[in-house]
Amino acid sequence: MSGYPPEMQESIRQVESTRTRRLSKTFNSMSLEEREIVLNSFHPDYIKEKMRAIRVGVSKGQRMPTELADIVEGHPHISPDFDLSEPFAETDVLVIGGGGAGASAALLAQENGAQVILTTKLRFGDANTMMAQGGIQAADRAEDSPTIHYLDVIGGGHFTNVPELVEALVMDAPFVIEWLENLGMMFDKETDGTMMERHGGGTSRKRMHSARDYSGAEIMRTLRDEVRNREEDIRVIEFAPAIELVLDDQGQTIGAVVLNLETEAQHYIKAKAVVMATGGGGRLHYQGFPTTNHYGATGDGIIMAYRAGAPLGYLESMQYHPTGAAFPEQIVGLLVTEKVRGLGAQPVNKHGNQFVYPLEPRDVEAAAFIRECQKRDKGIITPSGQPGLWLDSPMIEIIQGPGAIQKNLPAMVRQFERFGIDITKEPMLVYPTLHYQNGGVQLKADCSTEIPGLFIAGEVSGGVHGHNRLMGNSLLEITVFGRRAGRSASSYAQKVKVGTPNLAHVANWNQELKETGVDTGVVSPILLPDYTRRE
Amino acid sequence: MTETERDTLETTEEDLIPVYIMGKQYMVPSTLTIMKAMEYAGYKLIRGVGCRGGFCGACATTYRIKGDPKLYFDLACQTVVQKGMYLAQIPFFPAPRANYDITKMEPTANTLFSTYPEVLRCLGCGACTKACPQDIDVRNYMAAGMKGDIAALADISFDCIMCGLCASRCPAEEAQYNIAILARRLYGRYLAPRSEHLQKRLEELEAGKFDSELKALKNLDKEKLVTRYEDRDIEPE
Repeated sequence: MSGYPPEMQESIRQVESTRTRRLSKTFNSMSLEEREIVLNSFHPDYIKEKMRAIRVGVSKGQRMPTELADIVEGHPHISPDFDLSEPFAETDVLVIGGGGAGASAALLAQENGAQVILTTKLRFGDANTMMAQGGIQAADRAEDSPTIHYLDVIGGGHFTNVPELVEALVMDAPFVIEWLENLGMMFDKETDGTMMERHGGGTSRKRMHSARDYSGAEIMRTLRDEVRNREEDIRVIEFAPAIELVLDDQGQTIGAVVLNLETEAQHYIKAKAVVMATGGGGRLHYQGFPTTNHYGATGDGIIMAYRAGAPLGYLESMQYHPTGAAFPEQIVGLLVTEKVRGLGAQPVNKHGNQFVYPLEPRDVEAAAFIRECQKRDKGIITPSGQPGLWLDSPMIEIIQGPGAIQKNLPAMVRQFERFGIDITKEPMLVYPTLHYQNGGVQLKADCSTEIPGLFIAGEVSGGVHGHNRLMGNSLLEITVFGRRAGRSASSYAQKVKVGTPNLAHVANWNQELKETGVDTGVVSPILLPDYTRRE
Repeated sequence: MTETERDTLETTEEDLIPVYIMGKQYMVPSTLTIMKAMEYAGYKLIRGVGCRGGFCGACATTYRIKGDPKLYFDLACQTVVQKGMYLAQIPFFPAPRANYDITKMEPTANTLFSTYPEVLRCLGCGACTKACPQDIDVRNYMAAGMKGDIAALADISFDCIMCGLCASRCPAEEAQYNIAILARRLYGRYLAPRSEHLQKRLEELEAGKFDSELKALKNLDKEKLVTRYEDRDIEPE
């Protein structure tokens, strides 16, 4: 029995009829010129009217998606005279965000002698880290080296990455793998201990380490378990997103105001240093795209750090993953891992014809998908109106042998099986989905920022990946820079002389909005998307 | 909404079905997941929602269907509503958890039994397995635990998302998922074979083997860097 409606099954029969022919014939990859053309005309980042320059703050003039610009220019939740006289809690290092970067920072800050409070919007571990499937890069084989990894990262990022950040990323990578293993993470290995490593889009060596297709989940639950083991020094506060940073009279960051999501009480948490690790913003649904991101990914850290005066960068480029689920409606936008194409599944249109090389860089592949649907009208339209293209997963077992799908993609099989679709027998319908925020708050290699006492790590930051991130470098980024941020914040906290807390930056922000007449009508950070349908 | 209004709705939008969120009836489109149906009904979710993709375990849900005596368990973000569903989410379930120092443990049955003595209380009833939305054979991994087989416990429990439904059903009051993560961490740290190539690379890095090469790369102008990138050889599949 098929989980697809009859009109889609019709198209699947065309996909099946071309399969034998396609097995022996792959579509050619594009020339650099062809790539330029498809990117310019169809990639969401290149649609000029969907971007605009922000009009206030230190990075005034920077372009970003209009949806993001609207909330970056938003009004604060709290007034500048918010009562800071009696902090709800005090600590050395306040970590904002309970994903992989925040957990790594908390652990390293604690190891270096700091008392830590980790505050997070939803549950500890509800983060994009948990959802990352593919793996984590590290150059640890004899055939590979950190310098080759460096070249891959910087070429993939169109040579716009910050060199010092890429250096940190690739040089720390093998140490991070060892650290995770010592914490008890279960990597995929051969029986002699050799790591099983694969290629990802844009890698010149096989260096993708994995834990089945639960790589991020395995990292997150291991880090979370370790944080919980250290509860005497690390206090975790859930359902308490930060809504504003607090500075002192010398402009040093000394904590944040957090909101108890359930009681709506607002509290000041005082700290000597702050690590901002709030992740990305897929739930802002730029240009109406669905997203692979978790429910709380609303770009909060960008808003708070920027209002405090930290410069932003690279936010004109977002990563659209070419293959988000497009059917069934219940899982639209969820990630179909790049590994599916890596294992041999080809993208094909409604007539069962190939239209793009399966492993172009993510931005090029996504643009080609959009072109096939928008311009050429060769996409499938689902009953809910969602366009999509076929990803011919049954090819995997023809190429790799029976059982290959269950073995390599158990999470994918389970996801589609729940809706009556057997991906070993029927193709998956996919369409580009908003996946990753390449840009964010600018940072140095030690994770410090322009604001004393404010450290930054993970997807909220910008510069590591330039204008395009490669698969497997985000799980690496959160651990490398999470660890660095924790260490830096802890040693900074030991030395800093903390002054009187105030919210002068909030007052200044309000003043600037008033003077420039900028009013987007939004209070930010927005904290959660609103999917309710109220009559 | 009055009964009359509902009748009108049912005739104009024929795919609306009744579900009961914590006992209260709402008419929702039959194609939605439980999570989206709750949002359709007007709930702005805070608890019981996380990744929305079946990986985080935040939206553990238990339900019955009118006229069916069976109790069902699933993830709200991955399950489509059915007519007459009586839904309750379990966004938090209190579960015992031991604190431990993973660096000072031995990967033995004794470690398992002394950290979680309740492992040995398992009745083997299988209520946990029935409740697991990941279709993990929880009873089976608990049986491995009773035998002190850490490797098997780690392997069988690997797809666990720690939603807590197993613990909510356990008559022996176990927190299976906490026991399972201890086993996985013991396995990963102590029992999994070590990677020689990783150790070798760490030694090379500590000796500064790549420092000068990397420094040179960092100082290249863009044109030369592009050439280096384009000329790099690609390891075959």
